[in-house]
Amino acid sequence: MALQSNLAIAAIQSVNDFVVKFANVNGSGSASANALFAKSVLRMGVPASSRNIFPSNIQGLPTWYEVRISESGHLGRRGGVDLMVAMNPETWDEDVAEIEAGGYLFYDSTKPLPPSKFRDDVNVIGAPLTAICNREYTDARQRQLFKNIIYLGVLSALLEIDVTVIETLISEQFRGRDTLIKPNLHALHLGREWAREELQCPIGLRLNPADKVGDRIFITGNDAAALGCVYGGATVAAWYPITPSSSLAEAFSAHCHRLRRDPDTKKKRFAIIQAEDELSAIGVVIGAAWNGARAFTATSGPGISLMQEFIGLAYFAEIPAVIFDIQRGSPSTGMPTRTQQADILSCALASHGDTKHVLLFPQDPREGFAFAADALDLADRLQTPIFVMMDLDIGMNDWLVEPLEWDDSRRYDRGKVMTAELLDNGVEFGRYLDVDGDGIPYRTYPGTHPVRGAFFTRGTSKDRYARYSEEGPDYVDNMQRLLHKFETAKRLVPRPIARAAPEPTRFGAIYFGSTAPAMTEALEALEERGIHLDTMRIRAFPFHDDVLDFVAAHDRVFVVEQNRDAQLRTLLISEGDLDPARLVPILHYDGTPVTARFIVRAITDMLDVVTLAPLRKALP
Amino acid sequence: MTYIAKPRLHHPKLPTNALGFTRRDYEGAVSTLCAGCGHDSISAAIIQACYELSLPPHRIGKLSGIGCSSKTPTYFLGKSHGFNSVHGRMPSVLTGANLANRDLVYLGVSGDGDSASIGLGQFAHCLRRAVNMVYIVENNGVYGLTKGQFSATADKGSKARRGAVNTDAPIDLVALALQLGASFVARSFSGDKVQLVPLIKAAIEHKGAAFIDVISPCVAFNNNPESTKSFDYVRAHNETVNRLDVILGRDEITADYAPGTLETVVQHDGSILRLRKLAADYDPCDRISALTYLQQRHAAGEIVTGLLFVEPEAGDMHDLLDTVDAPLNGLGERDLCPGSAALARYNAAHR
Repeated sequence: MALQSNLAIAAIQSVNDFVVKFANVNGSGSASANALFAKSVLRMGVPASSRNIFPSNIQGLPTWYEVRISESGHLGRRGGVDLMVAMNPETWDEDVAEIEAGGYLFYDSTKPLPPSKFRDDVNVIGAPLTAICNREYTDARQRQLFKNIIYLGVLSALLEIDVTVIETLISEQFRGRDTLIKPNLHALHLGREWAREELQCPIGLRLNPADKVGDRIFITGNDAAALGCVYGGATVAAWYPITPSSSLAEAFSAHCHRLRRDPDTKKKRFAIIQAEDELSAIGVVIGAAWNGARAFTATSGPGISLMQEFIGLAYFAEIPAVIFDIQRGSPSTGMPTRTQQADILSCALASHGDTKHVLLFPQDPREGFAFAADALDLADRLQTPIFVMMDLDIGMNDWLVEPLEWDDSRRYDRGKVMTAELLDNGVEFGRYLDVDGDGIPYRTYPGTHPVRGAFFTRGTSKDRYARYSEEGPDYVDNMQRLLHKFETAKRLVPRPIARAAPEPTRFGAIYFGSTAPAMTEALEALEERGIHLDTMRIRAFPFHDDVLDFVAAHDRVFVVEQNRDAQLRTLLISEGDLDPARLVPILHYDGTPVTARFIVRAITDMLDVVTLAPLRKALP
Repeated sequence: MTYIAKPRLHHPKLPTNALGFTRRDYEGAVSTLCAGCGHDSISAAIIQACYELSLPPHRIGKLSGIGCSSKTPTYFLGKSHGFNSVHGRMPSVLTGANLANRDLVYLGVSGDGDSASIGLGQFAHCLRRAVNMVYIVENNGVYGLTKGQFSATADKGSKARRGAVNTDAPIDLVALALQLGASFVARSFSGDKVQLVPLIKAAIEHKGAAFIDVISPCVAFNNNPESTKSFDYVRAHNETVNRLDVILGRDEITADYAPGTLETVVQHDGSILRLRKLAADYDPCDRISALTYLQQRHAAGEIVTGLLFVEPEAGDMHDLLDTVDAPLNGLGERDLCPGSAALARYNAAHR
């Protein structure tokens, strides 16, 4: 079973820079073997990122795991596949079609396939995995599970992965369940030895030990954001299970059980409610925050839709709340296990009436951790809902990021809270009175003072002293103060990050969130083609003045987003009162994470249009 | 209007409770409900109960949803924080408030539209979770604020003032509460203060989810003789199972009831509930027989009132969650933040 070499095109040769994609059936136990593969690359000191592309079911449907290996550190999706590990007959045709010309196809050759099933510009590597398993194991489940480890062994030979690294990882993975270590190592070597005897090893794609990973860590955004909530002092979490946010709430529970129990009594310094629905979840958060606890919920688009009425209440009655929106393919049930950035407008303007909300856009799990803690501070400081806009790509995929950091001298910003001492000293208290000129009033926690500081919280309009009022001037006064508070928010939210192109340019690009790594790679590729773009990564709404200055400084600004309707662009136009013609939408919304190649192609195509079309005219 | 404050002057010789507060200190703003509304009687009963229990007014949180009943927290306990939330969602807000600070007393005030229609889900789930609270439904069978539509507790065949007949089956919140695991379930009538005040006191003393369904005739839209929620109907069909006295641990215990008609229940906090039994075969500590009795009397056209069920040693949500004794809203960085050393361990475990 040797490598076919009658190619019309040269086989791809690349060390430490290629894309491997595993096509599996979900529920077959492939996930842990695939994760072992990605981790072994990292342990060899070669940067890698992984993306799980999975269906909304538990067993039997196609699932893919894409690993980007890049010594130069590009961790977004590149686009295209160099080595396809095709383990799912159902998706064979599309998987084979996705391979780069000159790339490699690895498959289970137990059952012969007709030549029509292959491409003549792809290197085919067959291994009779099922036959090997059937020979080695009698138990059906073992045959299935060890098949995954066996192909990992084969790949270790084909790609020259350091086998001791995989051995170590297996030992770590099964620590405490030591009886499982030996059989897994056996399966690993079974595959590896078979490949070394039967196949031409290595192939053109190879791994060389490098020193490019450093002390970086490999984590998901949901895990990191949940940890950020622990560090940021959240004590109450309420949630309703929804993909892709559930693992955030579950991780919060796991972190809290480890880190947040009274050392003596083992009692919990946290409370987690799995609510009956998203309405209840946000209600619990609002009730807890009203009463002085730091509280959050995690959800996705459909949950945001359900929470609308409560979000308006929290905005109008000025109650802190932190809402993680792990965005997925929308609208409606949409593509529950695919990624998008399509809730920008539904969060920014959530609820009926005139509302505007603070959004944070972390670019990766590391910022997910940092922004989670920041959001809890901002919610208390601004007394309003804060949305942390993650997505499935950040939330559920393992990302290689710099280690998480925490400054032990940091103190929680609990915002403007009137204490019993202040009330005793005769400080005037008006729940909706702007005493500092920043639009943010003082509040009291229930139970603070026997006779002063009590007020009635309501969703109806009221005067500065929280007294019910339907008087026009009282209403307008309050609504204007809320606007003023939103201006204050501009100064408090994370600033955008600007990067100047190596050469002066009249073109800019704005991007945010999980687009970041693909964007970085795309910029490099564009520069190689002589296309220079200044960039700005937006990290929050309301937009900092820097954003408007950036747009003003360029003739055209590409706005790269992962949704159909250019939602961030819409927000930029309306909030910044910008000429729409200056903002050119670059939109990727098929549910997969955006690739560097897509951005390069889309911007290159658009540049042709832009440079041909007269300025100040709307673009298609 | 609700912003009209009551005059603070009162008779210098008004009696005071153990904290030195008069009954007036537990009052709120002037009610804007219709004259004669049953809800105002319930507000008065809440004021009386809190006064008699000598509760510090600022240690009470009063929460409500939307509707006539949900407006009433403005009209009692003016020194307490109040939260008029969104329609049918008081239970979740109260649950969150309770999670944040387990040391306050929580009154959840709702109506039949708020709890039996739009908020039925939240009603059910907060009782399941054993939230330590007193959940009062001011039950009049109609939507008052929107001018007289039937609610989900209106009896089948019940006639509205303008003659419309309700064709849908009614929801009995008491039966639901019993089934959902509420550990204190009572029903009363807004016109029966002698029964209602002790029930509210006992519910406040109770640790766990206490539910009181108070039939409260709507004088504007549902007090016609055909309505099963009218003054006349309730008075004519009331089947009272017991009369309650609440004796706090600090009170002198007197025994002035005839033996054989008394049932004594000691609650978790030491308070003693003395039930003068009116229905000889009624056992208020048996959930199953309570449910059966309720349904038997309902079939006979009677409305059972009194303390229908109590689980005196019930725990609450915090017991189930095993949270620390201190209120969560009082914990600071020292208690909550694991610090950079723990983060370094997290980093090391993810390489």
